Amino acid sequence: MEVEYQYGEEMSSPARITLDHGSGGLISQELISNLFLKYLRCPQLKHLEDCALLEGFSGQLAFSTDSYVVDPLFFPGGDIGKLAVHGTINDLAMRGGRPIALSLALIMEEGFELAKLEQLIISVAECSEAAGVAVVTGDTKVVPRGKADGIFINTTGIGRVANRVFISGTNARPGDVVLLSGTLADHGITIMTAQAGLEVGGDLKSDTQPLHRLVAALLDEAEDGIHVLRDPTRGGLATTLCEIARSSAVEIEIDEEHLPIRPAVATACELIGLDPLYLANEGKCIVICDPEVQEQALAGMRGMAEGADAVCIGRVLEGRPGRANLRTRIGGRRLLEPLAGQPLPRIC
Amino acid sequence: MNLDDPFREREVCAALLEEIRRLSTAVAGPVRIMEVCGTHTVSIFRHGIRSLLPKNITLLSGPGCPVCVTPAGHIDLCLQAAALPGVILATFGDLLRVPGSSGSLADARARGEAQVEVVYSPMDALDLARKKPEAQVVFPGIGFETTAPTLAATVLAAEQRRVENFSIIPLAKTMPVVLKELLADAELELSGLLCPGHVSAIIGADAYQPLVERYKLGCAVAGFEPADILAGLLALLQQELSGDKRVQNCYSRVVTDKGNRRAQALLTRVFDEVPSEWRGLGHIASSGLALKSNFAVFDASKRFELTASAAADPPGCRCGLVLKGRILPPECPLYGRACTPLSPVGPCMVSTEGTCAAYYRYSDHQYSNPRSEHGEAKGRT
Repeated sequence: MEVEYQYGEEMSSPARITLDHGSGGLISQELISNLFLKYLRCPQLKHLEDCALLEGFSGQLAFSTDSYVVDPLFFPGGDIGKLAVHGTINDLAMRGGRPIALSLALIMEEGFELAKLEQLIISVAECSEAAGVAVVTGDTKVVPRGKADGIFINTTGIGRVANRVFISGTNARPGDVVLLSGTLADHGITIMTAQAGLEVGGDLKSDTQPLHRLVAALLDEAEDGIHVLRDPTRGGLATTLCEIARSSAVEIEIDEEHLPIRPAVATACELIGLDPLYLANEGKCIVICDPEVQEQALAGMRGMAEGADAVCIGRVLEGRPGRANLRTRIGGRRLLEPLAGQPLPRIC
Repeated sequence: MNLDDPFREREVCAALLEEIRRLSTAVAGPVRIMEVCGTHTVSIFRHGIRSLLPKNITLLSGPGCPVCVTPAGHIDLCLQAAALPGVILATFGDLLRVPGSSGSLADARARGEAQVEVVYSPMDALDLARKKPEAQVVFPGIGFETTAPTLAATVLAAEQRRVENFSIIPLAKTMPVVLKELLADAELELSGLLCPGHVSAIIGADAYQPLVERYKLGCAVAGFEPADILAGLLALLQQELSGDKRVQNCYSRVVTDKGNRRAQALLTRVFDEVPSEWRGLGHIASSGLALKSNFAVFDASKRFELTASAAADPPGCRCGLVLKGRILPPECPLYGRACTPLSPVGPCMVSTEGTCAAYYRYSDHQYSNPRSEHGEAKGRT
């Protein structure tokens, strides 16, 4: 039997998540209808079916999943909900996908504050609406206190990719140029300083943002010339470039002087001994393309808020396959290695 | 001079490099310079300075990474403390992966056998103690003169605020004495020392004068921007040519001759100079800082009766020789094979400022063992 729940009924539940919220029983349903459905208003969700039906797609499907366990849950520039929506949208976009729909799965720790949950769901709803990508199916589980850290979120997304499009990390070719859609390390340094409780001046803020419109614009401008798109999340720019160099069996060389790093970010990195090339970004994309479309691609990105600082940072060489290099500001050279382990702040 | 301006910086560096190249042709033999400080080591790699220097200038890394010179036995003290019920070990992050004689703090934490939290200053550890009165918070006081004054200030704050559940494991070390010990090794054949900018800000440039007099060695105190380092190297090269060996302060915007008197006063108020064990260098007189008897209540090793064992270095590990400048990291048989940043055997591979980690992370493969170039051998995942 289908029951249609009303949006926005008053909550009679306690102010914290209990194991009952994950029981699947009445209290679960109350949480779903009074909180989730209040904000996530996709018609597909309304009847609480076991899955969503999506119709009428031809061509290739992009399909991606990602789990979010960030600490702290709320940080300057965003929160875990925002990150969960943008992260999966961006993963789809990096293969040229135009996102269609998202799933949202929550694992919550007993005792998690309902007010925080509501804030996060509002955040998810706002981001998915702004991105034009609906949450069409979801799940909620609660685990006993101490078995999780507040809340973990998984989102899965599907997107459509035109049949002729083939964008892949294996596709960088000698002679290509390497573009970057904006400044580096904003997200990583914001989280690291928030975790450390450091008061760093200069307005550090996560760069979390969806990139599917930027990618769509790039493909509209210069589809054939775009070879690789990657978002340098964990491991940062350096690790991602190493991966591309290996997958494509090429050498990649970037110029330190062209890397866009906001002064506040550079200072904070210096302060705690971290290299911005290895810190996460959550709203930036590396574009490796034919030099013939470089100007169009840059102009296209710069014309959009999410790519306003787009810049050419380097080039793809035949060189020694699998290797990424940095030409330093003073003209020296250094090899970029993939990140090993977690970045650890230093003693002095 | 505004070094934040990248174009100006490049111009300055190009001029310095040109002069270095010019002078280097006038020097007869090789010029061996030791950069004492781990931050210098990293900066030299990050800016690709080695790739720009003439071939007859060799840069050797010294014992200036605090994590690296901490012997396994001292890590064991931290592990012992962290394993005690009710104790939280609050530590700087780069200590986490340093192996003691039975694994690292990170291993112990993963096994659920230790409570370890990463903090960014000793004051954070003190705050943690105040927030968690039910726990005993122990801070491993590892570091040089740069870190030790903050440590001293924290102990004073703990005393003043009567924070009884806070203590430190006093393991701080001091710099000039260990350099004397190193320089006694004639085989090093050093022309000069690039002296650490941060430590010198505390102890003052004059602290190196005895080294100049005794070992006829040039000393240049330098900062950490590429132009700072090049200016230091140029000064040492000029001294090599003129034979006029002395202490040259190339970082006068931060370092004075006499140093930071207030910080020095803090150190003498809280600590006594004692012998200390250094990895690879053994026990060195007056090179460590122990709490004075009136602060002994804050000494975790006394409070919890921690005992340092004479833990041997891991078999095959040559961190000691690396720290003494006797070998370069790729000359160690473990480098890049058994020992990588993901699974370090020796401490020099752990800290971001460790010499081996810096070589591994930044250097071109021309420095590494040919056999370690491929994925598996280097532990890439």
